Amino acid sequence: MFTETFIAPFADYEFMRRALVGSIALALSGAPLGVFLILRRMSLAGDALSHAVLPGAAVGYLVAGLSLPAMTFGGLVAGLLVALATGAASRLTTLREDASLAAFYLVSLALGVTLVSLKGSSVDLLHVLFGSVFGLDDAALYMLAGVSTVTLAALAVFYRALVMDTLDPLFLRQTSALGEFIPFLFLGLVVLNLVAGFQALGTLMAVGLIMLPAAAARLWTHELSIALPLAAAVAVVCVYAGLIFSNETGAPTGPAIILAAGLVYFVSLVFGRAGGALRLRRPRRHLEG
Amino acid sequence: MGAPLIQAASPGPIRLVNLTLGYDRRPAVHHLEGEIRPGAALAVCGPNGAGKSTLLKALAGLLAPLGGRVDRGGSAARDIAYLPQLVEVDRSFPINLRDFIAMGSMCRVGLFGRVGAKERARVAQAIARVGLSGMEDRPIDTLSGGQMQRVLFARLIVQDQRVILLDEPFGAIDESTTEDLLALIAEWRTEGRTVVAVLHELDLARRAFPEAMLLARECIAWGETRATLCAANLARARAMSEAHDRQARECLRDEEGQHVH
Repeated sequence: MFTETFIAPFADYEFMRRALVGSIALALSGAPLGVFLILRRMSLAGDALSHAVLPGAAVGYLVAGLSLPAMTFGGLVAGLLVALATGAASRLTTLREDASLAAFYLVSLALGVTLVSLKGSSVDLLHVLFGSVFGLDDAALYMLAGVSTVTLAALAVFYRALVMDTLDPLFLRQTSALGEFIPFLFLGLVVLNLVAGFQALGTLMAVGLIMLPAAAARLWTHELSIALPLAAAVAVVCVYAGLIFSNETGAPTGPAIILAAGLVYFVSLVFGRAGGALRLRRPRRHLEG
Repeated sequence: MGAPLIQAASPGPIRLVNLTLGYDRRPAVHHLEGEIRPGAALAVCGPNGAGKSTLLKALAGLLAPLGGRVDRGGSAARDIAYLPQLVEVDRSFPINLRDFIAMGSMCRVGLFGRVGAKERARVAQAIARVGLSGMEDRPIDTLSGGQMQRVLFARLIVQDQRVILLDEPFGAIDESTTEDLLALIAEWRTEGRTVVAVLHELDLARRAFPEAMLLARECIAWGETRATLCAANLARARAMSEAHDRQARECLRDEEGQHVH
């Protein structure tokens, strides 16, 4: 019974193994990015950028059909454009960054939906928005693994810079020539992971795998060095649980994975040792001094 | 704390050459001219909106002048230690006091270098100097305002730069902390460092800083502290209007006549 539910699907079917490997790659790199998004108070920026990717992917789809490289490239260009335009607009105009981002991503989303519905059917649109993790071919797997590797390497190399840019951006800008460049590097990594996730989970669901495990991890620890691997571990478990659930019930994989992450998040919200509701409501006895 | 740790560098004076600073063409500091010699302890005073913080930002290289220039005597803006006013530190970030202060090592180890035993010793020494020994592992969001200001001063100690800029370092902190930090500034002076501090309390300026600049967009006076902060000068500074003149025309004070700000 246990084997049948939890191991057999992956042993028996190649597409399940591919789905598992691809989603785990995304979980490992996306969740630590999510931790930084939360610390930078940019939780919703990830969501906005995930919408911004759409028109690029749609153009790729219109030009080359359901071709992964074309849609990925298009999505990457669109996401980076919106990120850059937002940064530029908040610098050059009086509008704050959140307002600029909202404006750019909404226009981007409307453009994407228009493009998809002009030529494709609503089935295609659903596919782009919600992905299908069971459709991962070799190219998709290599891309997911590549993005994951690049992201983790960049996080390791620029770790100190990212921490300083989040903690005290003025100090970093005053003491380092790299200071101006770090926010763009970070947004670039987020877009990269959203685009990679869009084939596997869909544009709208990819951001869930980035944010939910990160939010859950933050509720269990105050230490950044623990929160980063913890978030990645939670994300991997959610991927596995979501795939099993999807296989058992026939639910679409993207939403199934995110629902699993949501479950972990709600449990953390109540029981989390570092800021969960129960701990805050009923603190342990105070110390002597 | 033993021998001064100052890095070897040839200190030249910081020269302000016809310096005009501001935002959106409106000058906050207008045609400032003068020299901050190495080892000076200069208090920058003036009413709100006088351009004091703007001047410090420009000295730190964070603001490009609208006109004129800042000549840092051959050293880079990056080699100046700067403590901003409303520190942009995100206090909720999960980091302990020791790691936070170690940021000061960055000018030597860079963003990618290892923080070795020598740097860790510097950090420990700085923590002891500001009286926070034993609190190394406390997260910064548990510190009081005065303790946080001590932490920021410890980071300045670790930065170990020849020029130190302080923007209202004693705002909203208690007397004993102020005294401790003043003693630290005095120590920096005996080590030959240049200290420029924006100060609101004129008594503090008179007591601890031999030189003062009275700023009210224009430089009202600059020299020996007591003479600079005399009643007549202060009255002139107060008379300066904070409001912008909506009809303000382009400033043609420079000979070129081109210069627009």
